[in-house]
Formats: sequence, structure tokens, C-alpha cells
Amino acid sequence: MVQFSQTRFDASFAALSDATRRGVLEQLGRKDASITELAEAFHMTLTGMKKHVGVLEEAGLVVTEKIGRVRTCRLGSRRLEEEAAWLERYRQLWAARFDALDEVVEDLKRKEKADERKKRK
Amino acid sequence: MNAKSGNERNATTVERKSDLEIVIRRRFNAPARIVFEAWTKPELIMRWWTLKSVDMSFVSCEMDVRTGGSYRFVFRAAGFEQPMAFCGRYTEVIPNARLVWTSDEGGEGGAVTTVTFEERDGETLVVLHDLHPTKESADEAASGQALGFVETFGQLEEVLATLNRNEDT
Repeated sequence: MVQFSQTRFDASFAALSDATRRGVLEQLGRKDASITELAEAFHMTLTGMKKHVGVLEEAGLVVTEKIGRVRTCRLGSRRLEEEAAWLERYRQLWAARFDALDEVVEDLKRKEKADERKKRK
Repeated sequence: MNAKSGNERNATTVERKSDLEIVIRRRFNAPARIVFEAWTKPELIMRWWTLKSVDMSFVSCEMDVRTGGSYRFVFRAAGFEQPMAFCGRYTEVIPNARLVWTSDEGGEGGAVTTVTFEERDGETLVVLHDLHPTKESADEAASGQALGFVETFGQLEEVLATLNRNEDT
């Protein structure tokens, strides 16, 4: 098991708190891509995507390399597997739970509306 | 992109604040009093806390939701002969705004969970903050058996559909 320094660890989790950045990692997990390609895939400006990639790079989750005029991005080594997997499992647990809670909440809203209609009659 | 969540605005986000703290956020399209109700009535929490699709279900659910009141959840899970009990105490209850409870299963010094309900324009942001006594406890929270029941994401739709059907009748 590789030991990560604490600041690096925190930076990784901060980087992963954003949906677009998680999407970028998912995309790069399939194949390397240039910043232009990523910007297009996520309907973002080049500047916007550069910022996201910068955060991921700082956290060590992504490595970039400039070849000619194109900056290519690929996943950083093992960091992703260990940290993202941990966080993603946890997120999935709560996402599943909260999706079920959403159904309960919607149901309560419907009931409240129905009760209001009854009162008005 | 996380296609599963569909609506990005209502996506669940998770952040590890520190070795001991995990923060989870999720927005609901309902006023705080409704979301709070779903967290504080046994018959409602039993509908969402576990997912039936993976054979983990409530045996009983007792909640005395007031400051100093206790709770006790008993689950039956596939692969475990004995039911599992989770209990603790509500240390702070502010209706429609804030819930704090302790988890006593870990022996001395269990985790403390704080949930806040922030309403804005008819929507409610739920922020759940888990404070673990040790780093090991925090790590386990995400890798332990509780996660056994997220493997089958595909079955979630089925569960929700069943819930909908039951409501219609």
C-alpha cells in the first residue's frame, strides 16, 4: 500500500468533489484526450476545461504532456484507483439511499397536495 | 459524466474533509419540513435507509426523535444469521433544521452524525457530516458491509418502481 502525504490526499478529494472533474477522470479512464477534446465533450470553454484539468493535475490525478501544440491528458498512476474508488463507493451508497429518499419525499409532497385539495372542497 | 444521477443539480456529492470527517450533500425539491419528516418517522425511514434489492431489510425501527432520545435499528442481511442492531442517541434535534445523533455500536466513542436541512426557494439542501473517532473507523465506513448493498445499482430502479406501484394502490 502506497502512503500518500496528507496534503496531497486532501487535494485529491477536493478535486473529486466536482462532477465535471469526475467525468473527466472517467473519460480519461477510457482513453487519453487533449484539453480541446475534453472541452468539447463537456461543452465547456477551453479556459474552463484548463482550470479543471489544472486542479486534477495538482492533485496528481491527471498528468499532462505538451506535444507540439496539443496538450494531452492521461490519468495519473495509482492514485486514482485508491482514492477515487474509496470515495466513489461511498458516494454510490449515499446516492442510492438518497434516490430512495427522493421517492419518499415526492410521495409526501403528493399527499400534502391531495390533502390541500380536499380541504378546499 | 455520471449518467446515473440524471439530474446533475440533485447529484449526491461526497467530500472527505479530513481523516475523521466525511461530508455528503444532496438537494431535494421539497421544503425542509417534508425532508425532515422523512428522516424522523420510522415508517418513512424504513422505506429508504436500506435497499430491498440486496436482501438487507429492517426487522424493527425504533426512534425517539428528541434531544436525549434514543434509536435502535435492527436489520436482517443476506449472509448473516443474526440480525444486526444499530443504536445510539439523538444529542440535538431542531425540527426541520438539524439532527445530531451518536452511533454506539463501536464501543467507546462511536461516530457522531450531524444532518442539516437548509431550505431555499422551496428546495432543501441536506448536508450530512460524519465525524469518526478514528481514521480506521472512517475508512471502514466506506468499505464495510454497509456498502454491500450498493453493488446492484441496476436493481434500484426496480425497487423504486415497486414503491410507486404500492403508492398507486
